[in-house]
Amino acid sequence: MPLVPLVVAVPLVAAAALTAMGQFLGRRVDDLTGIAAAAATTVVSTMLLLRSLDHDLVYWFGGWTPRHGIALGIAFDVDPLSAGIAALAGALMTASFVFAWRYFDEVGTLFHVLMLVFLAAMNGFALSGDLFNMFVFFELMSVCAFALVGYAIEQRAPLQGAINFAATNTVGALLLLFGIGLVYGRTGALNLAQIGRALDGRAPDGLLVVAFALLLTGFLVKAGAVPFHFWLSDAYAAAPIPVCVVLSGVMSDLGLHAVARIYWPSFSGVFAADAGSLRAILVGAGVLTALVGGTMAFFQRDLKRLLAFVTIGHVGIFLAGIGLLTAPALAGTTLYVLADGFVKGGLFLAVGILLRRARDGDELRLRGQGGVAPMAGVAFLLGGLGLAGLPPFGTFPGSALIIRSANDVGYRWLPPLLAAASILAAGTVLRAGARIFLGLGDADDPSLSHEPPAAEEEPEHVPGRVSPPLLFGPALALMVVGLGLAFTPGLAGRATQWAQRFEDRPAHTAEVLRGAAPRPAGTRAFHPGAAPYVYGAISTVGAVGFAFFGLYRRRLPAHLRRVPGRLTAGPAAQLKALHSGVVGDYVAWLTFGAAALGGLLALTVR
Amino acid sequence: MSYLPYALAVWIFAVGLYGVVRSRNLVHLVVCLSVAQSSTYVLLLSIGYVNRGTAPIFADVPKGTRAVDPVVQALTLTDVVVSVTVAALLLALAIQAQRHAGTTDPDELAEMHG
Repeated sequence: MPLVPLVVAVPLVAAAALTAMGQFLGRRVDDLTGIAAAAATTVVSTMLLLRSLDHDLVYWFGGWTPRHGIALGIAFDVDPLSAGIAALAGALMTASFVFAWRYFDEVGTLFHVLMLVFLAAMNGFALSGDLFNMFVFFELMSVCAFALVGYAIEQRAPLQGAINFAATNTVGALLLLFGIGLVYGRTGALNLAQIGRALDGRAPDGLLVVAFALLLTGFLVKAGAVPFHFWLSDAYAAAPIPVCVVLSGVMSDLGLHAVARIYWPSFSGVFAADAGSLRAILVGAGVLTALVGGTMAFFQRDLKRLLAFVTIGHVGIFLAGIGLLTAPALAGTTLYVLADGFVKGGLFLAVGILLRRARDGDELRLRGQGGVAPMAGVAFLLGGLGLAGLPPFGTFPGSALIIRSANDVGYRWLPPLLAAASILAAGTVLRAGARIFLGLGDADDPSLSHEPPAAEEEPEHVPGRVSPPLLFGPALALMVVGLGLAFTPGLAGRATQWAQRFEDRPAHTAEVLRGAAPRPAGTRAFHPGAAPYVYGAISTVGAVGFAFFGLYRRRLPAHLRRVPGRLTAGPAAQLKALHSGVVGDYVAWLTFGAAALGGLLALTVR
Repeated sequence: MSYLPYALAVWIFAVGLYGVVRSRNLVHLVVCLSVAQSSTYVLLLSIGYVNRGTAPIFADVPKGTRAVDPVVQALTLTDVVVSVTVAALLLALAIQAQRHAGTTDPDELAEMHG
């Protein structure tokens, strides 16, 4: 029995069974089914990861294997990096279901059904080796996510979040489909390896450049890269916490993974001569995204919206990593995504604990109120340090690989900028944690925007009969896994090998279309050297310093504050004003971004 | 094969997109989104079109009969299903917006910003 289709089939079948019978079985049966199905899917994804260590698992649905090296059917192409992301999706989904047990006072069967279909779609999207199949899973994933974001539909914020999310992402999906149509028209193929083979020996022409720009736009809208990111902060701030965990921890990163997944098998040959300019564009967009996300996070007081902008900041770091277009950087980005997904998931769960225990998610109103949930404070501290890349925990091996790779391709300016972006995001998380759990900092800060509406319910003073471990257990578990992942022996070296296999287009094409064995990779250990430790230390110390700056900025002597304050007030207000919350503006920015991306590619590709 | 169908697809997309950007009513916005979506049908079908080709049904026809590309038709069909789902979901959200927020104007719904 082949394992590959099970990653999609298990959650889909469980969702179908729940749809049919869930109403009659009661809430706890729904919860248990969700936990069991998500956990089983995680196990399958992990097994796929372990079985694909030495060669890809290519599964052709319905037995439609390639004839004479030409793809006829639709394939899943499992490599360790993609299977790792699928396993992350399953693990976060499991933690979300466990958390939801105690988090929701009441929740319908539809919630579990949507979550399970969402998981199936994410797994299919991560593993599919066929461009149109990717689109179908992309849309399935989107529709589930729209509905889940708008789950608490009687409030205004989820309405706004879901509408902005749905409209913006649908336009993005249309552009993606336009790109797929153009690629199919040019190559007659939809299989990623087959597209690459059809483009062998061709020079990039106008049509291909437009098609590639459209594909990139579609995936970057999903990822939330600037200027396609506006929907993300509205949607993630409005979604229920268990949904946020999955959206922020893995869905955004799937958009970027898709960029790597289409570039290497399909387009790396035809754009080989233009890799330098493509690298400059992607890394530039990544740095812009990282800095905008970190800066906007600093100006938030609504904890969920704050973490949404932290997510955008980290999407920027990942885009820069993937955009370096080297095997170590791809390996580093994937390891970073895995550790970061767990850490961000844990942070969202910590906010969920506060929302549950104190019935509030506002940093300023919660100042000094963290005593109701001390474990959430531990999660905030660990999460902040994890996001900063404290060596040797969590995200450190990933960022070390990215730093090394940036220096190797001559982008020596990139590591300091990425460190600055980590400082902004991690410092803001530490600031919020220190204000809430230690009562530090000023009670008011007028430069922070959007005061979330106060809760109508009374705080949960008396611990209920069900023990709170069901709330803080998943949060701490995600933190421990995220931070501990770095201690897997030899992971950085192995991941680099997998990334080399991912990027070896001729060998990969032969493997998918002819079933050939991949080139054996020599074992190579990765020694980070001194530079990544220095950057890790700088960004950790910087994040702590930035947290104190955020807390006590207004107590600095007046002569120190005046000039920088005046210089930054205008641009900050303008940046905040751009995030208007109106869907028309967001779609206009999307159009501008797509045109800019296409224009830059057209100007630089020869 | 002329370039006209491609130009038409781009035009329909641009018209729909303009409507989405300028929309002051959610129902209008969903209709504009559907207009933009229909441009992809035009694009996909014109990519698979073959001059003097028949429908791609290979029963009772001699071997080697010219037919249009069935793959893009399958893609279009999938695309129709997807777009109907999205439109239905957005219209449901529009109803909820009217019911709970008393407005269908995206500008007035924008509670979170900055």
